Amino acid sequence: MNCRGLIRELSNYLDGELDAGLKAELERHLEHCDDCRMVVDTTRKTIHVFCHTEPIPLPDEVRTRLQRALEHRLQKS
Amino acid sequence: MSSAHPNPIPSSVVKEDESQLVAAAKSGDAAAFTELVNRYSSKIFRLTRNITQNREDAEDAMQEAFLKAYEHLQGFQGDSRFYTWLVRIAVNEGLMRLRKRRPGQVSIDDPVETDEDLMPREIEDWGPSPEQQYAQTELAQILSEVIDKLDPEYRIVFVLRDIEELSTEDTAQLLRLSVPAVKSRLLRARLRLREKLNRHFKGSVPN
Repeated sequence: MNCRGLIRELSNYLDGELDAGLKAELERHLEHCDDCRMVVDTTRKTIHVFCHTEPIPLPDEVRTRLQRALEHRLQKS
Repeated sequence: MSSAHPNPIPSSVVKEDESQLVAAAKSGDAAAFTELVNRYSSKIFRLTRNITQNREDAEDAMQEAFLKAYEHLQGFQGDSRFYTWLVRIAVNEGLMRLRKRRPGQVSIDDPVETDEDLMPREIEDWGPSPEQQYAQTELAQILSEVIDKLDPEYRIVFVLRDIEELSTEDTAQLLRLSVPAVKSRLLRARLRLREKLNRHFKGSVPN
């Protein structure tokens, strides 16, 4: 496998969806390619940071409007 | 409204877990439903913002999602998490507004064919945990700016798969895409976001 092949399979590799043969081939490439190792590592960190960062709290005025809309709806039921 | 953060939730309810809150809300406990809203509103607002990229539409879609969830609560069977069910409603509300605002321009249903070269251009070490360089709010701001620059067809797939952690199949079904199309867009989205984050995270290697 070359660098281009690795990039094509990057998502499947990170998601654990590669079959054993292709995975072994990809990991053999990683053993001697610093650039691809860094791309795999930084892509994994990209997913992690998006998945694990808490969202910005709801702005006060948005929260207030949401509560008003809910109260209005809850009162009707 | 006198207070910016009115919190009518009794503390006994706050600690209940999701399925207990849902059960209580289904039996008519308004405080339990309000607690579910309080628990998830920031996440749902981030989701609808990421889909619509328009604050007004995002707020509208979020409100509507919670109101629809309330109306259809009796129909929620509990075969998925309540949050996942809510995400599906919010995605549909967001997509509807996105399509209305940009008809024809945004076609996340259609295949995106691109000859773009996927090979990364910026390759640098980020150190063991780059996000530790930033405070949570600052980091959330950076992520929001970075993801805003992605085209909707990539952004929405990334949001559903990697932020909301829906399966590829669920994402495909919600967006009316094929599984290979979801996979292809996800790969591109991840690579583009990696490239955009590189300028924030590079050089965070401890000396």
